[in-house]
Amino acid sequence: MLKPEDILRPTPAGLYCPPGDFYIDPVRPVGRAVITHGHSDHARSGHDHVAATPETLDIMACRYGDDFAGAAVGLAYGRPIERDGVEISLVPAGHVLGSAQAVIRWKGMTAVVSGDYKRRRDPTCPPFEPVACDLFVTEATFGLPVFRHPDAADEVARLLKSVQQFPERTHMVGAYALGKAQRVIALLREAGWDRTLHVHGALAGLNDLYARHGVDLGPLANATDAADRLPGEIVLCPPSALGDRWSRRFADPVSAFCSGWMRVRARARQRAVELPLVISDHADWDELTDTLDELKPGEVWITHGREEALLRWCELRGQPARALALVGYEDEED
Amino acid sequence: MRAFARLLDSLSFTASRNAKLRLVRDFLADNPDPDRGWALAALTGDLSFSAAKPAAIRKAVEARMDPVLFGWSYDYVGDLAETVALVWPARPGANREPELSEVVEALRTATRAEVQPLIERWLDALDPDGRWALLKLLTGGLRVGFSSRLAKQACADLGDVAVADVEEVWHALAPPYEDLFAWLEGRSERPSADNPGRFRSVMLAQPVDEDSDFGKLDPADYAAEWKWDGIRVQAVSERGVRRLYTRTGDDISHTFPDVLEAMTYEGALDGELLVMRDGRIGAFGDLQQRLNRKTVDAKMLQQFPAGIRAYDLLLDGETDLRALPFAERRERLESFVSAARSPRIDLSPLQPFDSWDGLAALRADPPDGDPRIAEGLMLKRWDSPYEAGRPRGPWFKWKRDPHLIDAVLMYAQRGHGKRSSFYSDYTFGVWREDANGDRHLTPVGKAYFGFTDEELRQLDRFVRDNTVERFGPVRSVRAGRDFGLVLEVAFEGLQRSTRHKSGVAMRFPRISRIRWDKPAREADELATLEAMLETP
Repeated sequence: MLKPEDILRPTPAGLYCPPGDFYIDPVRPVGRAVITHGHSDHARSGHDHVAATPETLDIMACRYGDDFAGAAVGLAYGRPIERDGVEISLVPAGHVLGSAQAVIRWKGMTAVVSGDYKRRRDPTCPPFEPVACDLFVTEATFGLPVFRHPDAADEVARLLKSVQQFPERTHMVGAYALGKAQRVIALLREAGWDRTLHVHGALAGLNDLYARHGVDLGPLANATDAADRLPGEIVLCPPSALGDRWSRRFADPVSAFCSGWMRVRARARQRAVELPLVISDHADWDELTDTLDELKPGEVWITHGREEALLRWCELRGQPARALALVGYEDEED
Repeated sequence: MRAFARLLDSLSFTASRNAKLRLVRDFLADNPDPDRGWALAALTGDLSFSAAKPAAIRKAVEARMDPVLFGWSYDYVGDLAETVALVWPARPGANREPELSEVVEALRTATRAEVQPLIERWLDALDPDGRWALLKLLTGGLRVGFSSRLAKQACADLGDVAVADVEEVWHALAPPYEDLFAWLEGRSERPSADNPGRFRSVMLAQPVDEDSDFGKLDPADYAAEWKWDGIRVQAVSERGVRRLYTRTGDDISHTFPDVLEAMTYEGALDGELLVMRDGRIGAFGDLQQRLNRKTVDAKMLQQFPAGIRAYDLLLDGETDLRALPFAERRERLESFVSAARSPRIDLSPLQPFDSWDGLAALRADPPDGDPRIAEGLMLKRWDSPYEAGRPRGPWFKWKRDPHLIDAVLMYAQRGHGKRSSFYSDYTFGVWREDANGDRHLTPVGKAYFGFTDEELRQLDRFVRDNTVERFGPVRSVRAGRDFGLVLEVAFEGLQRSTRHKSGVAMRFPRISRIRWDKPAREADELATLEAMLETP
């Protein structure tokens, strides 16, 4: 009888699949790596061989240069490859453009490594696809019952209301450069904001990449080149630019920050955010637990985040689970 | 409830006064009666409930979810109302979200036993923001920094009227203020302010400009008196109603029962509220012991007896004196105060003088007694009527020069709003010798204004270039014998403080000059500050 440890095992370099001899999202350079998505704590440079979705490979090339790995293989969603009797396929995780769950099948056993995921609608990437499995490896970034993300469209409506209420001020919206920024732009477009959006230079490369992959972001301009102080306009920037000297060029900016962490008031206050917007690309507590309820896998492994609470929830449900306490994955910026 | 919750949420993250005013004004414009009135009362603390004890709320949530998960959630968030608002496991059902007015009505009439099931139903129907607002309302702690002063201004903005007009009627109104909004929206007459014990908007002084004003002013036209360092009050006793108001019309009667008891007269006095012992006044720090208290005990009353030093009379019996010139009001004030025969009410004496130079000498070196702890001088035109607001010309304040010390910048903290990209709040210290004879800097205060925008840029650059350590939004900067930035700090007074390591607390400190030229080792010693401690 096979055990989950036969197909996957946690190591200091990351999750390792012994029969297939590859790692998933390794945190240090390895021979063979499967990458679930382009965020820098999951997708690192310097591996010999990399397999990922074509979008994720494109993101890695954009961030690290074309020589980010010795060799790269693009795996489209749902197109399995097989080696040494191990079949691997990538299916959408709904996290960011190109994000995937790694589905590993071997000797009749199925393991799914979800990577980071969410279950909400996102106009910039295909939705999470549940896959029945024996082992489900989940994240737990927002693994506490306090994290209940509201509808992202309502949060964008709050931003637009503030813009209308303070037309003489610039609204600076801090959003993580990969995924969050493009999703917020797409949500603003859906909400009817069709004016030019002004963006920080650090977002430009990824915005272009999204556009090349068919995500329509509407008219964008470089905020640093603006002729005036942009009163009444919306500026998107990486979170680190909020309260940075760069922000002084704008008209009495209202600092808004899009993140699941904004759900907790003390977090928002700590960062001196005036308009916290709870928009996250990670599953909230309900999404995490509903997904486990839906899949009912033989065993759950929890990689990173607030493992103890999700573990407790599994215990109460009689769901076999284990926390891996993997190091190297950050949750601060979402 | 949703709009109120959103407002509360926005206010809790907004530091700027103008932004807060806009948020509240827009809320008042967009929401119907009586919800908006109840909301306003809740913001200013005029409506508070203790309908639910935190323990009962905790019990309700733990009955619905795993107490261990709740405990971890509470540990993470750190605030009970917020935690419950977020984790509340709502039972699905056909619950309709309650309006704020429904909640208020129910809380005003229901018993505690009746309230508990209501609360659970409301929590089921609301979203997390709504639940948070509801729980804050129930436990009586909104704390979003919205004073009644701001509330009056927001109302004035809504109706495009002068804030003094709102102040005058405010105390005559009760939540949910439907008559007030009807007037502000032009649907009815201004509500009557003509009820006994009402507040009359106060007259304020402009600061004197020594360089330009004295050349144009004739000393014979002005009376001078000392500017006492307490708080400005209006003490009204009219047809059996006694009220003590601050200068913005906030009713503080309940905090000063001793003063109220002494108001046996019929009329309205304008004066300074001070701690008074046997005819001598205490420093501001003494009065501070009495301010902002919900209840006062006998010991407080005995240790810090309060009284009024009167300087104007607005109402004498039933006669309104405000249109009379100051000289006439003053005459009537003198006989009014002596007729009152109370040790808690005395007269602010006029300070005779012949010339501006002579007065300047008195200001620089006040005579012994109470004037030595005065804030400076007041100048009032003999012929000035009592006008609400701050007209330029009739009244001037001429504050004493501030104390100055040279201190060394030790820590800087990021500001808020417009200043969020600047290190704009500065903690500074002076030298103190330890038991071994070594000199160390000890923090003595914090200042965040007094500098120009250009100076702020320079200070910000200095902080960024000389950071030693970071603690969240705070940076410590290089400060030692051989390197450090000296700040000339101005302040109004100094008191002993057990809360500060240095043992002193400054009043109203601000940066008066940046001493780029001065070596840090030449900054002041703690002993210099201790010698400035206020002793009346």
